[in-house]
Amino acid sequence: MTTATAPGRLEIKGELNIFTAAELRLQLLEALATSTELEVDLAQISEIDSAGLQLMVAAKREAAARQLTLHFTGHSPAVFEALELCKLSSLLGDPLLIHTPS
Amino acid sequence: MNLDDALQTFIIEAGELLEDMESALLRIEQMPDDADTINAIFRAAHTIKGSAGLFGFDHVVAFTHVAESVLDKVRNGELPMTSELVAIFLAVGDQLASLIAGIAAGSEPDADTQRASDELVAKLRTYLGPSSQVSCRTPAAEPEVHLDKEGGDGVGSDNWHLSLRFGPDILRNGMDPLSFIRYLGTFGKIAEIVTIADALPALGEMDPETNYLGFEIAFQTSADKATIEGAFEFVRDDATIHILPPHSLISEYQRLIGELPQEELRLGEILVRCGTLTPGELDAALNRQADHPEGPARQLGEVLVDEKVVQPRVVEAALDKQKQVKEAKTAESGLIRVNADNLDEHINLIGELIIASAGANLIAQQTVNPALHEAVARLSRLVEEVRDSALKLRMVQIGATFKRFQRVVRDVSAELGKDIRLEISGGETDLDKTVVEKIGDPLTHLVRNSMDHGIEPAEVRLAQGKPAHGTLRLNAYHDSGSIVIEVVDDGGGLKRERILAKAIERGLIKPEQQLSDQEIYQLIFLPGFSTVEQVSNLSGRGVGMDVVRRNITALRGTVDIDSSEGVGTTMRIRLPLTLAIIDGFLVGVNASSFVVPLDMVVECVELSAQQTEDSHGRDHLNLRGEVLPFIRLKQLFDVPEIPQVDSEVAEDDAVTGYDVVRLSTSSSLLTAEGTAALANDPELTFLLNPVQRENVVVVQYAGRRAGLVVDKLMGEFQTVIRPLGEVFNGLDGISGFTILGNGNVALILDVPGLVRRVAGSEGRRNTLAAMQARSG
Repeated sequence: MTTATAPGRLEIKGELNIFTAAELRLQLLEALATSTELEVDLAQISEIDSAGLQLMVAAKREAAARQLTLHFTGHSPAVFEALELCKLSSLLGDPLLIHTPS
Repeated sequence: MNLDDALQTFIIEAGELLEDMESALLRIEQMPDDADTINAIFRAAHTIKGSAGLFGFDHVVAFTHVAESVLDKVRNGELPMTSELVAIFLAVGDQLASLIAGIAAGSEPDADTQRASDELVAKLRTYLGPSSQVSCRTPAAEPEVHLDKEGGDGVGSDNWHLSLRFGPDILRNGMDPLSFIRYLGTFGKIAEIVTIADALPALGEMDPETNYLGFEIAFQTSADKATIEGAFEFVRDDATIHILPPHSLISEYQRLIGELPQEELRLGEILVRCGTLTPGELDAALNRQADHPEGPARQLGEVLVDEKVVQPRVVEAALDKQKQVKEAKTAESGLIRVNADNLDEHINLIGELIIASAGANLIAQQTVNPALHEAVARLSRLVEEVRDSALKLRMVQIGATFKRFQRVVRDVSAELGKDIRLEISGGETDLDKTVVEKIGDPLTHLVRNSMDHGIEPAEVRLAQGKPAHGTLRLNAYHDSGSIVIEVVDDGGGLKRERILAKAIERGLIKPEQQLSDQEIYQLIFLPGFSTVEQVSNLSGRGVGMDVVRRNITALRGTVDIDSSEGVGTTMRIRLPLTLAIIDGFLVGVNASSFVVPLDMVVECVELSAQQTEDSHGRDHLNLRGEVLPFIRLKQLFDVPEIPQVDSEVAEDDAVTGYDVVRLSTSSSLLTAEGTAALANDPELTFLLNPVQRENVVVVQYAGRRAGLVVDKLMGEFQTVIRPLGEVFNGLDGISGFTILGNGNVALILDVPGLVRRVAGSEGRRNTLAAMQARSG
């Protein structure tokens, strides 16, 4: 589900939703505890729901509280759609790649 | 859940909703203007329409839509709920039930069904009036909800404002707030949305499966409020949803702000960001709030009604629905639906388990291994508990069956032109589901019969000083292992003489026969008996009283009648609680074993030779001053004597394992010295070598007692009832058989039958004795 590809980098694959949120939360906490700058790659996410969204927000806030940097990158179309739906991108503040339907 | 499952759920739920609707319709006749009840009817129709729409059953949607439109008018007070309308809606309910039955059967509605639908739709249309010609085919074209509004002071924005706060458990309940927002997009445009994540705790403290999010949405749509509310139908009890129409009063936004105190100021800003309020309007709202510091204690709903912005009924319905869904949910959360076949199989297996455990018990008793005895005893106890709990699974309350009679009574009394009220008591009494299913028809017939023949026309009643309206009462209670269901009417009672005359005329009895009242009343259950000269519409419905009795007898039940002329009649159905497994009391007669249902055993007493002599061959004994008729099973069933060879007896005893150790003078256990001592001491002789005495098992059924004379009392025994084969059908005194632990067969005594038999023969004998006494 996640792969720590390098220190300070986390890749989430597959679902980011109610079923995976509990586990991902622990991994995010661990990653935030071990690195000062964390990049979370969202490119392989196929599905996201509110549980996933609020986890992203919470992670972002946690990083801010610890004065760390957390970036979400490579938003997959699913993530992009959800963020757009809730207009959350500004709250998260990460640059988004605009997906054009091919 | 696949579609088939969902469809099943829809069919079951629609059935339940229709039942609710029917009982609400019947209630509304008693109290015509009860808003709750009207809402209940509306909700039922609305929900069926909604779910049918989900599955694409357009014919159901189209039909229900018209009904719903009429109901909406009733709800809004534009139409009175007259009894004609109630009748139409009862028909609508029936029609829906048949449409849904068609869906369940997987068939398209045939021409007849369609015609019936069209006829009802036409009738309903007359209530809608020409101004609101609602098309049957396009349910979406509902007239927009008109909101009475105060003039002026409305905000400038054209957008609806939705304030959504989803409950913490919504994710766990399998719903995603995002999907609701996406759904909004299907019938409007989300102009602006602000996600509220203020409640979200730190990453280390949050529960990732709890929802912390809320949304403020500015929404552009031409849909009406009901449609928007409908989007949140499934989360009404799981979320706080505020929907403010376009151009709402500023004061409402102010209330909204007051409603969500944690976010007070921010919410104001959010509303501005949503474009719902202009900064100026926000200022106005905040200023007003300062002007009215009455506190935000009132509910938004209440406030909205106050402001006449929302029709009170809309809010009421919403709140009511919310409450109801919540209640239903708490009740339902403890329930699961189980396939009845699985349950039956489970009970069958437990039956086998009981027999197997009895076998194990038997083998254990033949050994001298205390540990094994203990283990087996524990096992038996557990098996017994499992049996009880398994049987409880099959138990349902009879109340639901009783409630259906509201409709029967209503229809029949309308048909007969009598005013009859139904009273129900004891609805919480449990009984086996199979019994409930099978008792419906006989009960319906008894109810119809009481209404048709029992309760007199109003004129006759008034002439007799009774209230004009008749009363029919359904009652149920438990009584010594049986359930008793009573159908009580306050009608004219059975006319003893007329029944007697009719029975003689039909050749059912001989004129010189002496019959008790009970026996006379039982005559009406004989085939081919009817005292009513004119066969009414109701009596022509196929089931006669003889069929009623046959059905009840097939359930191992009985029906008896109490009646008092001019006062009323009570029909009493007595049924066994369960059909499968009972606690039995095992008795022995010679080498045969019989089982008496333990619930019916009152006590066991010894029948001494003296008592037998005292009874002078009349088979009665004096039980603490009361006369107890008894019956000798040995004679009744003609049980053959077994050759009294000691070794064989001993072997037999070892096999059954139930008998007491038998000592005999001829036994080699005693020394010659002992034999001599016995001869000299009569007391010792008695103790060691009791005379072959008999025992009386006192049984009770329907308030009557009788004794069964047996040789041996062998104790309690869990009995799995097996039905006797066709050949033995109608065998007197036997209701089934069971298999003992050792593989032997024991017959189960039909105690009701035996008690009736004893009491009957006793009655005749008494009459005979009295006549002899008179003549002599």
